[in-house]
Amino acid sequence: MSVAIADDLRAAHVDYLLRLGDSALILGQRLSEWCGHAPVLEEDLALANVALDLIGQARLLLSHAGVLEGHGRDEDQLAFLRAEREFRNVTMVELPNGDFARTVLRNFLFTAFQREVMTGLQGSADAALAAITVKSLKETRYNLEHAAGWVVRLGDGTDESHARIQRAVDELWPYTEEWFAPDAGDEALAGAGIALCWSNTRGAWTDAVTPVLEAATLVIPAGTAFRSTGRLGVHGEHLGPLLSEMQVLQRTYPGATW
Amino acid sequence: MYTQAMDIAAARGEDPAPGQVTDAGYQAEFDAKIDRGDFIEPKDWMPEAYRRTLVRQISQHAHSEIVGMLPEGNWIGRAPTLERKAILLAKVQDEGGHGLYLYAAAETLGVSRDTLVEALHAGRAKYSSIFNYPTLTWADVGVIGWLVDGAAIMNQIPLCRCSYGPYARAMIRVCREESFHQRQGYDLLLAMMSGTAAQRDMVQDAVNRWWWPALMMFGPHDAQSLNSGDSTRWGIKRITNDELRQKFVDATIPQAKLLGVTVPDPDLRWNEARGAHDVGAIDWDEFWSVVNGNGPCNQERLAARIRAWEEGAWVREAAMAHAAKSEARAAGGR
Repeated sequence: MSVAIADDLRAAHVDYLLRLGDSALILGQRLSEWCGHAPVLEEDLALANVALDLIGQARLLLSHAGVLEGHGRDEDQLAFLRAEREFRNVTMVELPNGDFARTVLRNFLFTAFQREVMTGLQGSADAALAAITVKSLKETRYNLEHAAGWVVRLGDGTDESHARIQRAVDELWPYTEEWFAPDAGDEALAGAGIALCWSNTRGAWTDAVTPVLEAATLVIPAGTAFRSTGRLGVHGEHLGPLLSEMQVLQRTYPGATW
Repeated sequence: MYTQAMDIAAARGEDPAPGQVTDAGYQAEFDAKIDRGDFIEPKDWMPEAYRRTLVRQISQHAHSEIVGMLPEGNWIGRAPTLERKAILLAKVQDEGGHGLYLYAAAETLGVSRDTLVEALHAGRAKYSSIFNYPTLTWADVGVIGWLVDGAAIMNQIPLCRCSYGPYARAMIRVCREESFHQRQGYDLLLAMMSGTAAQRDMVQDAVNRWWWPALMMFGPHDAQSLNSGDSTRWGIKRITNDELRQKFVDATIPQAKLLGVTVPDPDLRWNEARGAHDVGAIDWDEFWSVVNGNGPCNQERLAARIRAWEEGAWVREAAMAHAAKSEARAAGGR
């Protein structure tokens, strides 16, 4: 009985790490698409920086998940050899970049969420996870500042930039609901002092994003019944093509080392 | 953040335009500085032809860095491990950084970044022809690091001592980072060469495709080089194209042997008498064809840059509008 509980907790723990790690990885993959194509050279560099931070976080989280899982999978086996349904990223990060407004708005919303989660995880009973979040929090704060700056700039800038970023808010906002949905696995982990319930971050996240959106003169849309379910492994149609690209060499040359 | 670069020449106001100053005293002072090996700095008087040559060369160099992000960027999404992905992304980001400080160095000569970028998009300014070749396999990423960055380093190390201070200082940093990229590229190839037969074939194929374009990076033979005379006199160019190419070949062939690849030149052999490698004939028709716009990727590279610039126009306008509004609000609040 106690072994079964421990196994359940371990599975939830691995799942929790994958939710964090996969979200970072997939957003990092998306952001790296901008490299060489941004509206201004400074943003080629900045978006690449954010992508590098996210990929760095993903490597630490996936490695840790692999060790905990105990099946000998390393960061690359988890990143390159899992199928679409095994990925646990939230759906928003897999959506195509769209224009620059949509890209920076997603960075803003998601990084604000990351900041709240990581702040809560600094005291985790999982010492490795605590150490990863302490390290990642500093870069996350910086990335949030960068994204928030652009949200205000575009919201306040011209009629066109305002319209574009308001459209991004309207389109992306419904995908934030998923982040705060109650989850039995998270609750068990929270009880063990390992993780925090993602639903508990909602208040702090709302307090963080609202003033910036207001400063940008953007309107937060009314809630809808839409719920994305990426972190349960049920994604939209965009993750498959993204993985096809990301995993192509590992899939084409099985067993090769690079 | 982005700020609209000012037209520095116009903003100088009371300063005479550089080309109008023909005072023999200024010229003598400039010549003496060059002879002593002193740096020429942005506020120093300089001959108009010197300024023009530097603007052309530095901006061409900056454009090469920016266009050069595209062929390698093609593989960021498909890098085979997370570590390789991070290395490649950081590398391409470095190239963007090089572009940024080279544009800044060019701006010290009184020309704005926007003007230079516009010249690139209009086809008036060139960039290194090597980036008009496609990256077809993951091995290309390694070979670009090893051969293309290797050739760039050979070209650029002498520029760390060039007579124009801002350019020389920018090149010191660029060369340091390029050396790192070259080692990373070689490391990637070593890993592939100790892998499967398919991986080794990929590396050899990539070397076959990039070898000659890499040799062409040093430019035409000395006898045909148009810009060398003045540049040498001014301390901008210190070693000739052929000398640099020779140094590159002599340094690279032992590395190819260590790696276990051959170069696609049946005439390549060690010349004991010269203490250097003899190299087969370079296909200069191909070189000029690519320079003149007919390489495999010329159209796509330029189109990608223009598209990024045009699709980003509303972002730059928004940033300017927000800055102006913020300033007005601050002034109103005072």
